[in-house]
Amino acid sequence: MQKAIEIKNLQYKYDRDEEEITAIYDLSLDIYEGEFVGIIGHNGSGKSTLAKLINGIIMPTKGDIFVYGMNTKDENMIWEIRQKAGIVFQNPDNQIVATIVEEDVAFGPENLGVEPSEIRKRVDEALEKVRMSEFKDRKPHQLSGGQKQRIAIAGILAMEPRCIIFDEATAMLDPSGREEVLACIKQLNKENNTTVVYITHYMEEIVEADRVVVLNQGDILMQGTPKEVFARVEELQSVFLDVPNITNLAHQLKKEGLAIPEGILTVDELVKNLCPSS
Amino acid sequence: MFKDITIGQYYPVQSKIHDLDPRTKIVYTFVYIIILFFANNYVGYALGVAFLGFLIAMSNIPLKFVFKSVKAILIIILITVILNVFVTPGNVLLRIGALKVTDAGLINAAFMAIRLTLLIIGTSLMTLTTSPIALTDGMEYCMKVIPGVRSYAHELSMMMTIALRFIPTLMEEADKIMKAQKARGADFETGGILKKAKNIVPILVPLFIGSFKRADELAMAMEARCYRGGNNRTRLYELEYDKNDKIAYIITAVMVAMIIASRFLPLMRIPIQ
Repeated sequence: MQKAIEIKNLQYKYDRDEEEITAIYDLSLDIYEGEFVGIIGHNGSGKSTLAKLINGIIMPTKGDIFVYGMNTKDENMIWEIRQKAGIVFQNPDNQIVATIVEEDVAFGPENLGVEPSEIRKRVDEALEKVRMSEFKDRKPHQLSGGQKQRIAIAGILAMEPRCIIFDEATAMLDPSGREEVLACIKQLNKENNTTVVYITHYMEEIVEADRVVVLNQGDILMQGTPKEVFARVEELQSVFLDVPNITNLAHQLKKEGLAIPEGILTVDELVKNLCPSS
Repeated sequence: MFKDITIGQYYPVQSKIHDLDPRTKIVYTFVYIIILFFANNYVGYALGVAFLGFLIAMSNIPLKFVFKSVKAILIIILITVILNVFVTPGNVLLRIGALKVTDAGLINAAFMAIRLTLLIIGTSLMTLTTSPIALTDGMEYCMKVIPGVRSYAHELSMMMTIALRFIPTLMEEADKIMKAQKARGADFETGGILKKAKNIVPILVPLFIGSFKRADELAMAMEARCYRGGNNRTRLYELEYDKNDKIAYIITAVMVAMIIASRFLPLMRIPIQ
């Protein structure tokens, strides 16, 4: 499989109030084409910094990041990197530029110098994919948080990226908004084969990911399938991460002596394990 | 409470004037302002009034709305009139103490008042019939033709677009902050002007800090979407002239010709321009 993102011995330091802070220690990670990778970590674990590093918004202090073979340190490649690996930020209000929905979606391809007729096509397709076509003439402030975030996703899609990084893209949404955005992202991953790097601190959101990477204080604490990672309940809780409620419940039951495996992720799975005959 | 504010004075109805290319309207307004200063007798002014009246009728905007803009500068018009009446030399018609009213003064004052009114209505007709976004687009295109300003055209219009985009967002935020302060017992209603102004400070400070943070995040999001200024940038909608724009330009040219021609009519001129 082709590597979408290759991170080699990455280190990132910055100065705050004349004090040097190391946000990322020595991090190496490969993300493959078409993968859905969930990155979780507590506040200050370096997960948002990682997103900005991959997009070339900030530069590594040490080590290298390759996005489809292009080094983010190479200034000639920076626009192509940003086109290939788009990023959706946390606050929907602060990433919408234009006053009309479809013009905002067009912002990316306009910057890339795409022909107007082609922009038209891409905007319509992108809005279709996030199911926001009927809102194309609206003003952004008339939309709900979830809708705005879907517009932000469409804005990235219109640049035709192969990989999208979601930097806590659902953190500011209400539960229904979160659900609609997440469903949209999963669909993109399955139907478009877009590589998804999903950064979050809600573990429930990444139980269906192909791989989960847990960051703690700028380093990878563990990684593996959701099942493998969520089986290590106590370790996760020691870095202030809450496992999904169902996983926690199963963990407690097991501790009390029930013969069920660790790393149960859904209600159905728990039911199956508790009542094997049903 | 701030949800549905309209920005600027755009009056959204269907009309031929609304549908014109924003560039056409900007050019017309510019030409109109300049040509008004060429009119020097009542025929010239009558032409100015006639052309503007024709546009207002075409624009489907109620007269009452059009004249609203004049209200704002009524005082300026009054001062101009008074000054003109009393200061222009000519045949004295009336003396009030040290002040004297002259015939030339009266004529001058009347023409001045008409000219100012036409200027204001002429320009506000443009903003009434063009949405702020279209106006921004039109200005960007127009600025690109002017040497010296050309290189800033895109940046200036991007700034305007972002300002327009964030006005409702910031209004909402101001509303939220105000409610939060009210919930903690802040009083925004009572007291004199000074006290009221002072009460605004606890709203403005968080609003300012918040908008700096927004600006920072927006800049990052724009960069992440490959924004690098106006070079090599394309547009979803390129502005294009159609038949009506051509007609509008012809009408503009006819207006210019007629008003300039009116200067040479053997009629009484306005005494002092």
